[in-house]
Amino acid sequence: MTSTTTTTPARGTGDPVLETVGVTKTFGGVHALRGVDFQLAPGEIHALVGENGAGKSTLIKVLTGVYAPDAGEVRYAGETRHFRGPSDAQDVGISTIYQEVNLVPLLSVARNIFLGREPRNRFGLIDVRSMNQQARELMRELTIELDVSKELGRLGLGAQQMVALARAMSVESRVVIMDEPTSSLEAKEVTTLFTVARRLRDRGVGLVFVSHRLDELWELCDRVTILRDGRWVHTGPLAEMSRLELVSSMLGRDVEEVASEGATEFGESHRRSEEPAMVVSGIEVRNRLHGIDLTVRPGEVVGLAGLLGSGRSETVKAIYGAMHTDAGEVTVSGKKVRANSVRRALSAGIALLSEDRKAEGIIPDLSVRDNIALAVLPRMSRAGVVSEGKIDALVETFMRRLQIKASSPQQKVRELSGGNQQKVLIARWLCTEPTVFLLDEPTRGIDVGAKSEVQSLIDELAQQGLAVVLISSEMDELVEGADRIVVLHDGSAQSELDSRNLSSSELLRALAGDRSTDSPRGGQTGGPTDSPTDSKGEAS
Amino acid sequence: MSATEVDPATTNSPEAAMASRARFAALVQRQGAFAIFVLVMVVASFSFDSFLSRGNLTGIAVQASFLAMLALGMTFVIMTGGIDLSVGSVFALGGVLAAWGSQHGTLVAFALPLGVCGLIGLVQGLVIARGGLPPFIVTLAGLLFARGLLLLLTDEGAKTYKVPAGSSFRKLAQSDLLGVPYPVLLVVLFFAIGALVLHRTSYGASVLAIGGQEDAAELMGLPVQRTKVLTYVASALLAGFGGIMIASYTSSGVTILGVGLELEAIAAVVLGGTLLTGGAGTILGSLIGVLLLQVIKNVINQVGSLDSDWQAVVSGSILLGVVTLQRWLTRAERT
Repeated sequence: MTSTTTTTPARGTGDPVLETVGVTKTFGGVHALRGVDFQLAPGEIHALVGENGAGKSTLIKVLTGVYAPDAGEVRYAGETRHFRGPSDAQDVGISTIYQEVNLVPLLSVARNIFLGREPRNRFGLIDVRSMNQQARELMRELTIELDVSKELGRLGLGAQQMVALARAMSVESRVVIMDEPTSSLEAKEVTTLFTVARRLRDRGVGLVFVSHRLDELWELCDRVTILRDGRWVHTGPLAEMSRLELVSSMLGRDVEEVASEGATEFGESHRRSEEPAMVVSGIEVRNRLHGIDLTVRPGEVVGLAGLLGSGRSETVKAIYGAMHTDAGEVTVSGKKVRANSVRRALSAGIALLSEDRKAEGIIPDLSVRDNIALAVLPRMSRAGVVSEGKIDALVETFMRRLQIKASSPQQKVRELSGGNQQKVLIARWLCTEPTVFLLDEPTRGIDVGAKSEVQSLIDELAQQGLAVVLISSEMDELVEGADRIVVLHDGSAQSELDSRNLSSSELLRALAGDRSTDSPRGGQTGGPTDSPTDSKGEAS
Repeated sequence: MSATEVDPATTNSPEAAMASRARFAALVQRQGAFAIFVLVMVVASFSFDSFLSRGNLTGIAVQASFLAMLALGMTFVIMTGGIDLSVGSVFALGGVLAAWGSQHGTLVAFALPLGVCGLIGLVQGLVIARGGLPPFIVTLAGLLFARGLLLLLTDEGAKTYKVPAGSSFRKLAQSDLLGVPYPVLLVVLFFAIGALVLHRTSYGASVLAIGGQEDAAELMGLPVQRTKVLTYVASALLAGFGGIMIASYTSSGVTILGVGLELEAIAAVVLGGTLLTGGAGTILGSLIGVLLLQVIKNVINQVGSLDSDWQAVVSGSILLGVVTLQRWLTRAERT
């Protein structure tokens, strides 16, 4: 920041109002935070960024008293605090706005704003009239017009988020923590939110702001703290950082680093046929995806790249019919697939290996055999009776082909390693003989050996003519594993890269949006994408 | 939907249609039991001359008052998203303790059952709130415990304690004020207090918040555990008080009472429009649910040719119908 520096002292230089010193938190042996130091000064908006699993949410929960740190301490206004729960943190003046609205949908707007702190009349009873009056005034201050006696659940998500903001404002907090508050907001609501946030900052409130929309950071925030893998990486003025620097320290990549060939098990580019296996056009999901187009040919691996929140998982879910789409069309082998139906997508030959295999895929207490057989049960049974022999044969074939390491087909899946669990899931989908295989982070969370096995399996499947869509956060995996890479940005396809002559650092630059030639979605954030200092100047 | 609404979700037409359907759902939810109640009343008063007689109506009201006490406590429990299966047994235990206690004075007749029942509620509440155990299991244990205690106290139910002839304890349920029996007055009073507590105290707000979204209530810093404990204590106390009333009404501690009464209380609450998942409902609705069940019993008793077992069949069918309707309508609302 040079020319726009104002006469007021730089933001974020006062004594911290809220800080953590060496905070460590583990869950079942997994480190979510390792010795994280974080300082929030009064009168600043502090961005907290990091990819999935970086520890942002855990840090926020430590700051707001939801979790107690295993080691290290939380200090508020210079004093060490041991919050025993969210109410302790709220009592001292820390408010939180969560990503998913954490209010009670069945209660009225006014009730939600004042829950736990309702105005009383002289008999000690809740003064409903004055509560509604105060709620109305708050909403007016936020320039939101809505009926405060209306049930919260009847409002749109954006309006609900504004109610959460009103609640945070009504407590006169010294610290307001906003965990992805904009993910469900319309452009106009984002503008309102930012106006309110700046007003709070000017009153001396310290704000923590988490968002995956990078543009928003430069538009709103003064400083940034970057976390990666549960560790503190960087804190500093945002204006002194470029997008590329921010993204590369989030992802842990040196900007100059050029990936060495052969870091993954992927072979050379795949044989392609010209007739597309799947054509996706104009997929729209309100607030999430904006006209996604995608073509995959048989024998081709198309990578989907993008930062967290860019819409990668949403894209494959929408194709698979598991996320409601507002517009768009999917055709497989020239035939149109009816939208919003997983069953139709499946029978058309689309399979999805989801990102979260624990929650959405594997059934840990069933055997390997039963887990594989689940997908084919409807097809392999005649009049409801399942042919055991056929299933056994099928399961055996896949266990051999995918080299699933289990003591027997009867072993429970929960006893297998992460990599083998993943292979069981892949086997399950292969049983359905898909035309298109959507793989969402297929190698996340599995050990190195299993990872390369899964990678070569993907390769092999493509060589056998399967059309593959591969989502990965690992750039090497995309650059080497995919033939083409589609880069998503804020829910739209920003660019398409040919991975043959691509280096990881070029991909990194595309992810950061530096190479973007398209303009970002009109007015979504209202901020310029290339010149952070401009918006900063306006905000001051 | 007002014109000043900025919420974009309600401005386009499919959502608007959904909103009107949601309003209809809410209406059925809140007033469905009342509509059926009025219908049954009208049909009954045309069918039976004696139905609208003062004696019959008073009878219905007094008979309903015992169940009403249980239903009031149950309303709060269900609003937190819980369930209390113990109230039928606790009710019977309260009655026996009150009858036994009345032999040692009216004060004992009140204090003993309330103390014991309150304690049962406290233990249940603590285990549910602190231990995080499912209310269904905990209160099922409470049901068995209270019923077992009752059988121990009464030689397996063979011994019936009598309220002494001259005891002032009998007046509780056998007197009236301006022709309105005390139990009915007490129910009106308790339900009025209940409505005030639910809508105008922070405890009531916590109850609704917990039932509506427990995680959110926790994150908003509401006293979730304390609210739950209080709710189970209140439910047990109200059931015990119902027992005290029935002991006074029958002048004895009848040991076979209250079997399955917890289920009737749940039925009344759900008929009255309280969501079984918690978070929404009205106190008045539960009272109407109780009255509806009682009127059905009364009507079937008046049809001489019908076996009284038809009561349960009819009540069950109506319950199923109402709940199905609620479910069907609220699904549209909550997608």
